[in-house]
Amino acid sequence: MILNNLEVSVADLRPGQKGVIKEFGEGEIPVKLLELGCLPGNLLELVQIAPLKDPFYINVNGSHIAIRRDIASRIILEVKEDSTV
Amino acid sequence: MSNSIKVALIGNPNTGKTSVFNQLTGLKQKVGNYPGITVEKKEGICKLSNGQKAHIIDLPGTYSLNTTSLDESVVVELLLNKRNEDFPDVAVVITDIENLKRNLLLFTQIKDLKIPTLLVINMADRMVKKGITLNIKELEQKLDTRIALVSTRKGTGIEELKTSIANYSELSTEAVINASHIAPEYFERLQKTFPGEELYKLWLVITQDVNFMPLEKDRLQSSELLPTKSKAELKRLQHKETIYRYRFINNVLKETYRVDPSAAKGLRASLDRILTHKIFGYLIFVLLLLLIFQAIFDWSQIPMDFIDAQFASASEWVKNSLPPGVFTNLLAEGILAGIGGIVIFIPQIAFLFLFISLLEESGYMSRVVFLMDRLMRPFGLSGKSVVPLISGTACAIPAVMATRNIENWKERLITILVTPFTTCSARLPVYLIIIALVIPEGSVLGLSYQALTLMLLYLLGFATAILAALVLHRVLKIEGRSFFMVEMPSYKLPLLRNVIYTVVEKTKSFVVGAGKIILAISIVLWFLGSNGFSYEFKNAEEIIAERIKNEGFSTYSKAFMNDKLEEYSSGDQLSDDKDLNTGVTHSPKVSVEIKTRQLQEAAKGQEIASYRLEHSLIGNIGKSFEPLVKPLGYDWKIGIAILTSFAAREVFVATLATIYSVGNDEEETIKGRMAAEIHPDTKKPLFNLASGISLILFYAFAMQCMSTLAVVKKETNSWRWPLLQLGFMTVFAYLVSLITYQILH
Repeated sequence: MILNNLEVSVADLRPGQKGVIKEFGEGEIPVKLLELGCLPGNLLELVQIAPLKDPFYINVNGSHIAIRRDIASRIILEVKEDSTV
Repeated sequence: MSNSIKVALIGNPNTGKTSVFNQLTGLKQKVGNYPGITVEKKEGICKLSNGQKAHIIDLPGTYSLNTTSLDESVVVELLLNKRNEDFPDVAVVITDIENLKRNLLLFTQIKDLKIPTLLVINMADRMVKKGITLNIKELEQKLDTRIALVSTRKGTGIEELKTSIANYSELSTEAVINASHIAPEYFERLQKTFPGEELYKLWLVITQDVNFMPLEKDRLQSSELLPTKSKAELKRLQHKETIYRYRFINNVLKETYRVDPSAAKGLRASLDRILTHKIFGYLIFVLLLLLIFQAIFDWSQIPMDFIDAQFASASEWVKNSLPPGVFTNLLAEGILAGIGGIVIFIPQIAFLFLFISLLEESGYMSRVVFLMDRLMRPFGLSGKSVVPLISGTACAIPAVMATRNIENWKERLITILVTPFTTCSARLPVYLIIIALVIPEGSVLGLSYQALTLMLLYLLGFATAILAALVLHRVLKIEGRSFFMVEMPSYKLPLLRNVIYTVVEKTKSFVVGAGKIILAISIVLWFLGSNGFSYEFKNAEEIIAERIKNEGFSTYSKAFMNDKLEEYSSGDQLSDDKDLNTGVTHSPKVSVEIKTRQLQEAAKGQEIASYRLEHSLIGNIGKSFEPLVKPLGYDWKIGIAILTSFAAREVFVATLATIYSVGNDEEETIKGRMAAEIHPDTKKPLFNLASGISLILFYAFAMQCMSTLAVVKKETNSWRWPLLQLGFMTVFAYLVSLITYQILH
């Protein structure tokens, strides 16, 4: 088993996967999201994706929130992933 | 109010702020609006232990003082304006034990405004289950405040909170964070430019998104001494500020707040798996909707019939026991008929609000938003539009207000514009009475035709709303920044007390609001209907007596009398029919003669009443209005009802009730009276399939609600949208009804 540090956006995660927020990609990130604890350095878990592949239900810093794909794809995470999957 | 303490309750959404408010104030609360805007303002009085009184305001929920909506700006505006009469002596920040970290963000901001601030940590009952331990003493020290650990569910900690409020003067007013760290130079310049002002307050005024305190903002920005910063730069600084505050909070909590992760993950995960499942999720949602409709249409029938009967007998009682005269008539025929028409909605509205508040309190509503968002988007709507659309089945007014949490302006505007198409409960009485008149009894697959029609009308309402949204989505050229975000709160058993407060509050405001309009219109109608200046009006009795003598009864009256006589002769009343005056039992033949005489008297009375009404003031108005509604299959009486029900749809039935019972001796149900109406031209029943369907469709599509227009004006901040809505809906409704009638008849 090889462990790699991958950089992916929240929109690329599978439900149940976790990662540490590294930075925000292109485009605006609402201050509100930061206020809820979606900040670089915090652990983020993708709890669930809605049946039609959007929105994304995340847990970050104990805040459970749902965001749309456009925002989700702007949150870049560092994921410790088992690359054999 | 001068010697009472002014307290503001502030907190994030879903922290149980309203529960704390309810427990502090009990029933001594008042719900109104902030002047000029439709943000709900909740106030109450709380008696403190030392005999002092506290005047408590429950402010709208907000995550921070960086506002993005009208609701939130109310909070900031109050906290920044010391001259505001509600400016608090003490701010009570409500937090939730499980989300303490992010709740504290708001706390640190308020503290920076140097207002005495108390911290309430709510939902203490969940600590054990979640494995949370808290060092309150240390936390109080680090945050420089007093803490009340409260459980509104268990009712603990409220007395301690009251004591802390009473001793508010002991609270420190020092800031816990120095926000100027994020841009020291800029903040220094800011302070130099406005030496008299509080620094953090200046910063907040500069960064507000919402058109808030425009004057002060202009003053700040026009100052030449101040280096101007672009919007993007300010946003970046806000980001920086948030990160800075979190760093402080993390440090504070590291030593005082512990979670034992081995404690169960709880209900959330397993419930979420089912409730947002791709099949079960939608299935459960549809089943819940069916349950709600079942309650509205079936269960509420029992209390509604009861209310109906009470008002009928009250009206009868007034007529029989008060001395005959103008006042008695007004009371029995104008006021009671009108009020009855609104009180009858209470069960349905209460049921709807009961369900909505249960769904919201339990945390389920957010899951619906999550499930529906992607489905709604192609129509230009948001997942958050679902709540207004469902609420719209009770009343469009709270529904339009419920659009406030939709972040994207275009999605919000479309939701506001299409919500009045959903079948609100004010349409129900119109639908119910006309369905009963024109849709035959009988059933298919165990569903009665009448129930099926009603269901179709609900579907039609939703379908029209969705289609209209689609059109608006294509037509409206509005680019809005979209940052949809919804919090998924943990599941909670709804607090009975909160649910009851909501139901009572919402129902009351609906009944009082609509009731005032109906009452006023009923009185005006009654007056216009019982007065007239024409020769015909004044001499109605002689004219009709003459006409009956010469031409006999009208065709309709004859048929009516025959029916009644047949019913009478074939019934078993004959055998025990006694003359009420003499107590003598008549032979069947004599008794039929007496009955005939009674019926002729009644028919004559009705003909006089209807002739008089036709020549009264309201008759004159209606007649001049008739050419417009004739092509739709209506007569002038329906025309009047449509005109008055422009104020509110439910006025339709009340108007007809008033029009028909003016001067009518026999107490009949309004439905029976409507069935008896005949069209002046065709001499056939006025309410037939063609005119009935045409009327139903008119009410399905027309705007017919002044209060909604007023709310839309307030929420969109311009006359443009409500007028557009009014024009489009009315024209559309007229055309649909016209086509329907012309095809069906």
